[in-house]
Amino acid sequence: MARKTYFDVTRLPGFSTIAVIVFVMLYAPILMLVIYSFNAGSSVAIWDGFSWRWYVTAWQNEQVKEVTLRSLMLAASAATISTALATMAALATTRKRAFRGQTAIYVAINQPLMVPEIVTAVALLILFAAVKVATGYQGMGYLILAHTAFCIPFAYLPIRARLEGMDMALEAAAADLYASPWQGFRHVTLPLLMPGIAAGMMLAFVTSLDDVVISLFVKSAGQDTLPTYLLAQLRRQVSPEINAISSVLLLLTLVLLTTFFLLTRKKD
Amino acid sequence: MSEAESQRRADEVRRSWLLSTPALIVLFLGAMGPLLIMVVYSFLTPGRYGNVEWVFSLDAWRGILFTRDIFDDTLKLADAHLTIFWRSLKLSLMTTILAFAVGFPTAWFIATRPRHMRAFWLFLITIPFWTNLLIRTFAINQIIRNEGFLNTALLKLGVISAPLQLIYTDTAVFIGMVYVYLPLMVLPLYAAIDRFDTRLLEAGYDLYASRLTVLRRIIFPIVKPGIVAGSILVFIPALGAYVTPRVLGGGKNMMIGNFIELQFGQGRNWPLGAALSVVLLIIVAAALLVYVRFANRDSTHG
Amino acid sequence: MQSQPQQQGKGASVSEDPAVEVRHAIKQFGQGDSAVRALDDVSVSIRRGEFFTLLGPSGCGKTTLLRLIAGFETPTSGQILLDGQDITNLPPNKRPVNTVFQSYALFPHLTVAENIGFGLKMLGQSRADIAARTAEMLALVQLEAMSTRKTAQLSGGQQQRVALARALAPRPKVLLLDEPLSALDLKLRKEMQSELKRLQTETGITFIFVTHDQEEALTMSDRIGVMSRGQINQIGAPREIYAHPTNRFVADFIGETNFLIARMQGGVATLPGDVALPLPGSRADGQVTLAVRPEHVRIVSRDTAGALPATVSHSVYFGTDSHVHLRLADGTEVVSRQQTDAEGAASPEAGTGVGVSFPAGAVQVLED
Ligand SMILES: Nc1ncnc2c1ncn2[C@@H]1O[C@H](COP(=O)(O)OP(=O)(O)OP(=O)(O)O)[C@@H](O)[C@H]1O
Ligand SMILES: [Mg+2]
Repeated sequence: MARKTYFDVTRLPGFSTIAVIVFVMLYAPILMLVIYSFNAGSSVAIWDGFSWRWYVTAWQNEQVKEVTLRSLMLAASAATISTALATMAALATTRKRAFRGQTAIYVAINQPLMVPEIVTAVALLILFAAVKVATGYQGMGYLILAHTAFCIPFAYLPIRARLEGMDMALEAAAADLYASPWQGFRHVTLPLLMPGIAAGMMLAFVTSLDDVVISLFVKSAGQDTLPTYLLAQLRRQVSPEINAISSVLLLLTLVLLTTFFLLTRKKD
Repeated sequence: MSEAESQRRADEVRRSWLLSTPALIVLFLGAMGPLLIMVVYSFLTPGRYGNVEWVFSLDAWRGILFTRDIFDDTLKLADAHLTIFWRSLKLSLMTTILAFAVGFPTAWFIATRPRHMRAFWLFLITIPFWTNLLIRTFAINQIIRNEGFLNTALLKLGVISAPLQLIYTDTAVFIGMVYVYLPLMVLPLYAAIDRFDTRLLEAGYDLYASRLTVLRRIIFPIVKPGIVAGSILVFIPALGAYVTPRVLGGGKNMMIGNFIELQFGQGRNWPLGAALSVVLLIIVAAALLVYVRFANRDSTHG
Repeated sequence: MQSQPQQQGKGASVSEDPAVEVRHAIKQFGQGDSAVRALDDVSVSIRRGEFFTLLGPSGCGKTTLLRLIAGFETPTSGQILLDGQDITNLPPNKRPVNTVFQSYALFPHLTVAENIGFGLKMLGQSRADIAARTAEMLALVQLEAMSTRKTAQLSGGQQQRVALARALAPRPKVLLLDEPLSALDLKLRKEMQSELKRLQTETGITFIFVTHDQEEALTMSDRIGVMSRGQINQIGAPREIYAHPTNRFVADFIGETNFLIARMQGGVATLPGDVALPLPGSRADGQVTLAVRPEHVRIVSRDTAGALPATVSHSVYFGTDSHVHLRLADGTEVVSRQQTDAEGAASPEAGTGVGVSFPAGAVQVLED
């Protein structure tokens, strides 16, 4: 370039190029996956024209229906319970004078984030195997408990953030205006906390829906979730049916995440 | 403190504990407690059909590094295990390095966009972070498998005459892990760069420093906390990766995660699996400690 | 209870009918080395229906005292009485006292009307009663047109009015106001000052008002309590506090003051330059500090009898008046305020030797 341009100190040569390549590489595989879910042929590499065929196939697949329902039920239960527990914990640990044991609570809540999933999964397998033998109970309780536990930190984070951003004078004002502690919570704290709670619930739901490893080790026979089912399918012939299911899951995640961002952004 | 004051305070603390208790119980039953039981299991004897027999044994811990020779009963280094450990460590480190190499420019790019556009670029990085890891790994699988898009295209173009064997190699696992863990590197790097005062750069250039010197001497030291956080966030899950090596590495190119799983399946050696898990846990704890050290030192000297 | 002796600063007379009484309140935050004593033995009695102002610099404990009365804090020791009843350990929601917060603390998820009706709703009043009282309050603060708006859509002054209406709606016995005007610009502030005063007179509710703005305190209050470092230094009517400050802090904090060191003996003060000034009212002995307001410092010719010799060091012109800075024989600086007269006569030249005198009634002997 002959024209002398303003010397931009923040510009480092090649960085933008790398960044653009990174963004393309990040989305290209996902895009391919979605594109081939509409393939009329049964290959995931050769394009045979557009068709809804694989979505129909997936929709008619009883097993897919079953595992999807199970995954949704599991995610809904885990998200609801973990959000309720995380809300209580956040109320207990935020905006208070520090008390002995507070750090311990904080560490305990975030502990699932720090341990590799495979380790938690194996540890749960060991414990639940023993409990299954002892009690004979084989139900969904194990999956729900395990998912609830690792969803707690995800639900906790946005709730805590919302609480910290909340003016403490509001609750003082409620008390000043004759609200009992419970009334103050019910009429002031809770409504103001709602966006944080919804955001936490959404993150928990997405996190539960994504999980493969822990479900794989905790589930009893016949308790496949959507991700463990998909993983098992990979051993067999891959067909665009997997792509179709994955695309639907992607869409669901995208909708939830967008809602999350809108919910958390409104605050500022 | 007056009696009323300390009474109020005690009530408040008691309420805090009461409110936290349900979450703590679930966390103990579903996350923390099982880890303790796992440690106990690593000191037991494997059962014949899986599970354990309640007989104390150090075999599992010995078995991490050594095998007993079937013929003369001597202890030998377990080469197969060492290979797996080495692969795990190598791949995780390589993943961290490549993720940093491409993640830093990306984070820098985002941080230097006009303010109103940054949220958009950040959102683009965050979406993959929250989308299903399994699906993202599938996407890579479909592209690099022998009959996948890449090979089909290259064959059609006549660049190659036989499909490239990419899938089920260490390279595939490496590429896959960089792909899935990259957002974990970019986000903390962005956070660190965003706080960075660009006037420092101007000062640097005023002093006739070259771009490379500025990068090395000014930028890197200042964003170091972000680099450390990003590296730990990538390294820890990479080291414990299970899905990516399974989907892209196949049965042969195992990492520790898959090796642990094996002990609870065909291997039928739960104590060894438990011991390996404890080792993984210790490595992760050490990495976290390094991080805490760094973070603390930085905040006091920053 | 009423017969107990009142612990108060000098200026205040004993009230027969106190609305709020604070007795020997001590409030300590933290423990050990890091302990902060926000209130250090504060006793004050606030009369029913008066406009009482707590005035003091930042960090002197005004908010803490207010929070103690509202019930957000429990005193480390001491008592709070409302209408003669001990309310020290009553939670805020059980005290018939309402607060206007410095940040207003309006509920952002509720409308203006819902904000105002909040207290009545919590008290369990009927819908009809709440609606009637809310309408009444909206009219009082002239916000009828805004009743269905969310509070974020209001201007600062309007938010201020909502906060006021919300606190007044439940008909509290005492209204606490913590620097309610500090966030407003000067013009709005002046407007709200008279508005507040009007509301107080109309409702007859006892107001305890916190400010660190002395002018605000002087113009609005029936009585002022001047605070510093967790203690109340003086309580009195605005005139009394201004004209007869009892200590150096009060004299310095309210208005501008010249301080002179003098030696007292038998009702006569000996000033720098060996000038004797008879102060019959004072029984002090030994070295004392005298306070004289700049408007009482007169510049006279050097040889006037009883005048202190001084040199003009410089003067500053302010339009309606000017400040002449003078140096006394011992180096003490004294400021004299001179009204600008019609002729616009110039202030004396720097370096001119002059005399300084003041009427005996304008000199205040301070306690410390
Ligand atoms: N919750 C608390 N914990 C510790 N110290 C506190 C607390 N609240 C107040 N203090 C301390 O008590 C002292 C008095 O504070 P207070 O808020 O009452 O001052 P103030 O007169 O209202 O000041 P301002 O005019 O700045 O509002 C200050 O030194 C403050 O730092
Ligand atoms: Mg204050």
